[in-house]
Amino acid sequence: MSAVCFDRVRLALGTRTVLDDVSFAIADTEFVGVLGPNGAGKTTIMRAILGLLAPRAGHIAVLGQPARRGNPALGYMPQARRERGLHLRGWDFVAAAGTAAWGLPWRGKAERAAVDRALDLVDATALARRPLAALSGGERQRLLLAQALLGEPKLLLLDEPLISLDPHRQAEVVALVRDVQRRLGIAVLFSAHEVNPLLGAMDRVLYLGAGQVALGPVAEVITGPVLSRLYDTPIEVLELRGRLFVMSGTQDMERTPHPHAQGGHGNGREVQHARL
Amino acid sequence: MLAYDFMRHAFLAATIVGVLAGAVGWFLVLRGQTFAGHALGHVGFTGATGAVLIGIAPLWGLVGITMLGGIAMGLLGERAGERDVAIGVVLAFALGLGLLFLHFYTAYASEAMALLFGNVLGVSAWMLRVLAGLGLAALAALALIARPLLAASLQPELAEARGVDPRLVGVLFLAIAAVAIAESAEIVGVLLVFALLVGPAAAAQRLTPRIGAGVALAAALAVAESWGGLAAAYYTDWPVTFWIAAFSAVGYLAAGLVGRTAGL
Ligand SMILES: Nc1ncnc2c1ncn2[C@@H]1O[C@H](COP(=O)(O)OP(=O)(O)OP(=O)(O)O)[C@@H](O)[C@H]1O
Ligand SMILES: [Mg+2]
Repeated sequence: MSAVCFDRVRLALGTRTVLDDVSFAIADTEFVGVLGPNGAGKTTIMRAILGLLAPRAGHIAVLGQPARRGNPALGYMPQARRERGLHLRGWDFVAAAGTAAWGLPWRGKAERAAVDRALDLVDATALARRPLAALSGGERQRLLLAQALLGEPKLLLLDEPLISLDPHRQAEVVALVRDVQRRLGIAVLFSAHEVNPLLGAMDRVLYLGAGQVALGPVAEVITGPVLSRLYDTPIEVLELRGRLFVMSGTQDMERTPHPHAQGGHGNGREVQHARL
Repeated sequence: MLAYDFMRHAFLAATIVGVLAGAVGWFLVLRGQTFAGHALGHVGFTGATGAVLIGIAPLWGLVGITMLGGIAMGLLGERAGERDVAIGVVLAFALGLGLLFLHFYTAYASEAMALLFGNVLGVSAWMLRVLAGLGLAALAALALIARPLLAASLQPELAEARGVDPRLVGVLFLAIAAVAIAESAEIVGVLLVFALLVGPAAAAQRLTPRIGAGVALAAALAVAESWGGLAAAYYTDWPVTFWIAAFSAVGYLAAGLVGRTAGL
C-alpha cells in the first residue's frame, strides 16, 4: 500500500493553480524530500494530503483511503511557527496540541504515557521540563517533532523543519527524523528549500516547480535536464565536494534569500517567483 | 463586616465573577486577545446604556451586546494587524454611541458611573442569582471547549489538521469571554475589566508554566484580589474598584519578582 498516491491531481488556491495534472506514489516506509523554490506548492501539497484542501480534479489516496481531515494516522509539523504560550512547559505544550476532542484537557494515564513516549522518541524528555521561552529554536523544533509523532502516525508531514537553524542543527534534525522514521518504519515527507542537508538521508526526492513534479532518486531528479523541464528555463546542476548547486545562469536558485523565515502563506513569494 | 446583606452579596458576587474572569482571562492572555477583551467592555457600555434607555436592566444590554460583539470579532478572524484596527474603530464608535444614549438620559448619571466604574456594593439578591447562573453556564461552556481551544490557540494549523475548526472555537471562546466581561463590568465597571480579566491571568502565567495550575491560579488570584478589595474598601471607605485595581496591579508586579527569583 502506498503512503500517498496522487492520481491526476489539480490543486488550486483561489484562481492560482499550484499543481496541474500531477500523479505520483510514495511508498509506506519511504523518506521523501519535498523540494522546490518559494511558492512552488510544498505547503499546499501537504495541506491537500491532510484533507484541508480538496483537489479541483483527480484523486488523492492517503494510506489507501481518500484524503480526509482529522486522519489520526498522519502527523504534521506546520511551517508557520507561533510565538504563543512561551511561558508554558514543553510537556504541556506538546500535550495540548495533541487532541481535538471536546472537553476538559484532562489527561488520563494512557494519554500521558503517549506524550512521554513521543518525547522519548526525539530525546526531548529533559527539554520538556523547561518553559518554551527557555529553549533554543532547534530545541523547540524537537518538541514540534514530538507533537507530530503523538498518536503513532504512519505518515509524517514535516513542513520546513530546517528553517532558521544553523547547518549543524539542520544536520541533527535530519538525522533525528531519519532515525525515528527507520525505527518506526513509517513514511516521511520532509520539505526544505535546499537539497544538501537532506542528501544522505532521503530515499527519493519530490521536486516541485511550475505546477509539475518530478519524483525519483536524487541522481535522477536533481539534474540539469529534469529541472530545466520543470522550470522551463535552462538550469545546470553542479556538484562540488558532495554538495549540489542548482544554478540558473549565474544564480544559485536554492540560495536566493528567503524573505519569510516565519510566516505561513502570503509574503514575498511573488517576488521569488518572478525571478525564476 | 459580613453582618451586612450588601457585604455578603458583594463577597459572593466577587467570588463567582472572580473564578470566571480568572479562568477566561488566562485563555485571553494566551491568545493575545486582551485588546479584544478591553474593546468588548466598551461595547458593553453602549449595550447597558441602550438598555436603560428602553427601560430594561442594564445587565441584559451588557450581556447581549458583548456577546454579539464577541461573535462578530471571532468571525473577523485571526489576521492580527487588521483585526486590531477594526476593533479600534468599532470600539470608538460604540463608546460614542453610549455617550449619545446617556445624553438622552441625563437623569441617569449615577447609573453611568456604576457602569463605568462598577457597583459591587449594590448587588441585589436577584442580580446575584443571575450572575451565578450565567457564570456557571459560561464556565461549563469553557470546560467543554477547553481542549480544542488550547490546541487552536497554540498551533492553529496543527489543530485544523487534527479536525478542529479554529474559527468556530474562536467564536465560541469570544462568546464565553463576553459573559465574563459583562459580569466583570458589574463588579469593577467597563473601564476596569482588565483588573479582573488580565491582571490575575498575567500574574498566574508568570508564576506557573503548567496549564491546569495556571488556570486555577488565575481564578484564585482574581477571587483573592476582589475579596481584598472589598475588605480594604470596608475599612478605608475608598472605592472598592480602586482597591481591586490596585491589588491586581500589585499582584502582577509581585508575580514578576517571584517568578524571576524562582527562575521561571
Ligand atoms: N489564498 C491564496 N490565494 C491564491 N494563491 C495563494 C493563496 N495562498 C497561497 N497562494 C499561492 O500558492 C502558491 C503555493 O504556496 P505554498 O505555500 O504551497 O508554497 P511553498 O512551496 O510552501 O512555499 P514556501 O517555500 O515559501 O513555503 C504560492 O505561489 C502562493 O503565492
Ligand atoms: Mg511552505
